[in-house]
Amino acid sequence: MTPSKTERGAESLSTGAPASTDDDSRVVLGSDEIARALRRMAHEVLERNKGGDDLVVLGIPTRGVYLAQRLAALMSEVEGREIAVGTLDITFYRDDLRRNPTRKMEPTTIPADGIDDKIVVLADDVLYSGRTIRAALDAIGDIGRPRAVRLAVLVDRGHRDLPIRADHVGKNLPTSSRERVHVSLAEHDGIDEVRISGGAR
Amino acid sequence: MKLPHLLQIEGLDREQITTILDTAEEMEAVGQRELKKIPALRGVTIVNAFFEDSTRTKMSFDLAAKRLSADTMAFSGKGSSTSKGESLRDTVQTIAAMGIDGFVIRHKGSGAPQRAMDWTGLPVINAGDGMHGHPTQALLDAFAMRHALGDLEGKHVAIVGDLFHSRVVRSNLHCLRTLGAKVTLVAPPTLLPPGVRDWPVTQGCEITTDLDAVVEDVDSLMMLRVQRERMSGGFFPSESEYTDGWGLTRERLARLPEHAVICHPGPMNRGLEIAPEAADAARSLILDQVAAGVSVRMAVLFHVFSGGEGSAA
Repeated sequence: MTPSKTERGAESLSTGAPASTDDDSRVVLGSDEIARALRRMAHEVLERNKGGDDLVVLGIPTRGVYLAQRLAALMSEVEGREIAVGTLDITFYRDDLRRNPTRKMEPTTIPADGIDDKIVVLADDVLYSGRTIRAALDAIGDIGRPRAVRLAVLVDRGHRDLPIRADHVGKNLPTSSRERVHVSLAEHDGIDEVRISGGAR
Repeated sequence: MKLPHLLQIEGLDREQITTILDTAEEMEAVGQRELKKIPALRGVTIVNAFFEDSTRTKMSFDLAAKRLSADTMAFSGKGSSTSKGESLRDTVQTIAAMGIDGFVIRHKGSGAPQRAMDWTGLPVINAGDGMHGHPTQALLDAFAMRHALGDLEGKHVAIVGDLFHSRVVRSNLHCLRTLGAKVTLVAPPTLLPPGVRDWPVTQGCEITTDLDAVVEDVDSLMMLRVQRERMSGGFFPSESEYTDGWGLTRERLARLPEHAVICHPGPMNRGLEIAPEAADAARSLILDQVAAGVSVRMAVLFHVFSGGEGSAA
């Protein structure tokens, strides 16, 4: 189910289907830039972690899942061994469940070894209000007790409602709250692209 | 998907039923965690109003609500003001006035959940009403069978036994047929509901009194309980005759296809409609059905009580 486009403060406002090309939208990250950003983030995560020990990358549906898979693949390549990856659905943990249409749930898949005492890297496409990440932290708390949780996002567009910040950012993108950020990923949308639209008028 | 209520399976389309079953899969995963609780319905108060006796359905709804962090209150007909003569209408309106969010209702009167909804304006989930329906039972049966058999499209399910008194059969028929299963109804002539062949939902279903003719051709055999408590007259000459004709005996168990599963909504009359060997067989889904009940009811509660006004159905 497509989230309401008018809801204030929800992360979903900042992402979604690719922007139509007949409006005032402009590309802020192309395919090569996204690839470079992810490669840099993968190295940053490994450097911060001093290698790939105990790392679990969890993607937040929808597009965070693909980003998590790409980050884990890049890190696996560097480390020469498999970095665990999973998905974390946060539908049940949203604080706006009573006010908005229920979302379609995606499976939560946690690597067989679990997340206890692991370093969990949460991956998402856009960091906006911080409410999705708050929900993700609650969800993680119900699944296990990681040693640490870090956050990797492709785009940080500001406008936080909660005291949450990302550890690894593909691109900081200062936006007006009237603007919309559209992340497209090849696995889901057929193209790698970050567009920004609205707010100019 | 937002459900305004769940009074019956009739009216739900395949996509809605599939969404509920898919949600139940996720809820089942919650039930397998160390911490079996999610905050999805925090702050929601649900009243389990059981005007008719029930053990598994009542506990299953209660556990489902608690796993979603909802607050629950239990009400049972016995020992309450209904035994002093208070009407259903006064009872549900009184409870509703306390500021609750909705009801789960079981009642011996067909249509009671619908009336309760009309009187209170609150969402109601039907936990079994008279001989009308038992929608969550049908959903949990479908869930357990889908787990064991895969997609139910084209699968052959025989529902066997006391069709006359069963509310399960109507809900199951709708649910299974909406999911694309082939359904055969098997019952003694006296326990076939009058006019069953003319029900819209039975069109295209085989209806027979001969269990032996179908037992080798099914993917799932759903045995129904002989509802002695509802039988005022003699519906069959003797229990042994019923078992011979319509029970899942050891002999019939041996003739079931290897992959076929056995369902029973419980409680069972062991030795009457189902032999102990069948009830306890590895292919028996009876305990899986009970487990599925919690997951499916969590899914139904979630879809009814989360999501705000204006949500798309």
